[in-house]
Amino acid sequence: MVKLFNFIDRKSPIHALTGASKLACMMCWIFAAMVTFDTRYLIFLTVAAVALFQVSKIHLSDVKVLLIFTLVFLLLNNALIYLFSPEHGVTIYGSRTLLLHIVGRYTITSQQLLYHLNVVLKYTATIPVVMLFICTTQPSEFASSLNRIGVSYRISYSVSLALRYIPDVMKEFHDISLAQQARGVELSGKAGVFKRLKSATSILMPLILSSLDRIEVVSNAMELRCFGREKSRTWYREQPFLRNDYLAFICGFVLIAVSLLLNIPNGGRYWNPF
Amino acid sequence: MKKFSIKTIVAIGIGAALFFVLSTYIAIPTPLPNLKLSVHYGTMAVMSMLFGPMAGALMCLIGHFLGDLAGGWGVWWSWIIGSTFFGLAMGLLGKKLRLDDGEFGVKGIVAFNIAQAVAHLIAWGLIAPGLDILLYSEPVEKIFLQGAVGSVGNIISTAVVGTLLCIAYVAARPKKGSLQKED
Repeated sequence: MVKLFNFIDRKSPIHALTGASKLACMMCWIFAAMVTFDTRYLIFLTVAAVALFQVSKIHLSDVKVLLIFTLVFLLLNNALIYLFSPEHGVTIYGSRTLLLHIVGRYTITSQQLLYHLNVVLKYTATIPVVMLFICTTQPSEFASSLNRIGVSYRISYSVSLALRYIPDVMKEFHDISLAQQARGVELSGKAGVFKRLKSATSILMPLILSSLDRIEVVSNAMELRCFGREKSRTWYREQPFLRNDYLAFICGFVLIAVSLLLNIPNGGRYWNPF
Repeated sequence: MKKFSIKTIVAIGIGAALFFVLSTYIAIPTPLPNLKLSVHYGTMAVMSMLFGPMAGALMCLIGHFLGDLAGGWGVWWSWIIGSTFFGLAMGLLGKKLRLDDGEFGVKGIVAFNIAQAVAHLIAWGLIAPGLDILLYSEPVEKIFLQGAVGSVGNIISTAVVGTLLCIAYVAARPKKGSLQKED
C-alpha cells in the first residue's frame, strides 16, 4: 500500500499530544505566520519550529523528499515575484536604498531583499510545523481531532472516509489505467495534449462510476449501523487532554495574539526598519 | 445547519479522496513550460453536480486541504477557498441541469461550459489572487498571471474532461419518461 501521510511512530512529547491540540496549534501557527510581516517574529517562529522538530525526534532524512519539493516551490515563487515586481519591497516600505543596478528595471534594493527574506521566512516558519503535524499524528486520529475542535462529527467522518478511501481510489485508478492501456488507450507523451485529455476521460468515467457504486455501498452499510442517529459519537482513537495539550492550546493562542498585537507598534503588518 | 444525509457524507468523503488522488498523481504536461493540465476539476464538476452545492464545496475543500497537507508546499488557504468556490458553483449548476434525469443535450453542454468557465474565472482570477494579495501580500502582476494561467488551463481541461464525462454519464442513465404506463 502506498504510504500517504508519512506518520512516523516514535516516542516523544509531541507524539504524546492529542491530535486535536496539535491540529489547533498548527492552525494557529499557520495563521500567525500568515498575518505578520514582522521579520523578527518570523525568525522567532522559524527557530521555534526547528526546535520543535528536534524535540519530536523526526530526522531530516525522514522528510527529505518533502523538503526538496518545498525548496523548489520556494525558489520558483521567489523567482516569479522578482521577475514581475523587482521593486515590490520599495512600494511596501516606502523608501528606496539602491544596492545594485542590474539591467533595465531589475535592481537590487535592500527593501526588496527584506521582502524576499520575509517570503522565505514565511515558508520556513510554517512548513516544519505542517510536516511535524503529518509525521506525528495518526491519520485515523485526524478526524476525531477535527470533531474535538468543533467541526460537526458528520463532516469529520467525511474526512475520515476520505483518508480511508484515498489508497483504494488510488489503486482503482491504477488498475483502470492499466486496463485501458492494454486496450490501446495512449497515455504517454506520444499523443498530443487533447488526445491525452480525451484518453484521461476514458479512465475517469469508470472511476466515477465505481466511486458512485462505492458511495452506495458505504452509505448503505452506515445506514444499517444507524450512523447519525445520536447527537455525538465516540472515536476509536481518542485520548483525554493532558497538561501538555492545554499548554499547546495556550501556545497557539499566544502566537496569534502576538502576531496581531505586533500590528500596533509596527503600524501595520510590516516591520519597517528603513 | 441542515443535517447532511448519510449518502451526502459518504459522497463528500469519496469525492475528497478522488480530488486528492487525481490532483496529486495525474497532470498532463503541455508544450508550454510549467503549465500542466489537471483533470480533477472536470471530475469534481461532475461529482458536485450529482451531489449538490454543499457537498461539492466540502469535497473540494477537504480534498484540496489534504493534498496541500501531504504535498509539502504548505497550506495555501487562498487556493483552497478557490477550489471550494468551484465545487459550490458547479453544485448549484447541478440543480439546474439534472444529470440524473438523463438529459444533457447541446443546451446542457453550452450551459455547463459557460458555467464552468465563469466559475473558474471567479475562483482563480478573483478569489484566489485576491486572498493571496490580502493574506500573503504578493505582487499583483505575478498573482494575476498565475491566476490567468491557472484559469485558462483549468477551463480547457474541464471543458474537455467535464463535457465528455457528463455525456458518458447521461448515456448510462435511463431518460426521464422513457417508461410508459400501459393502458
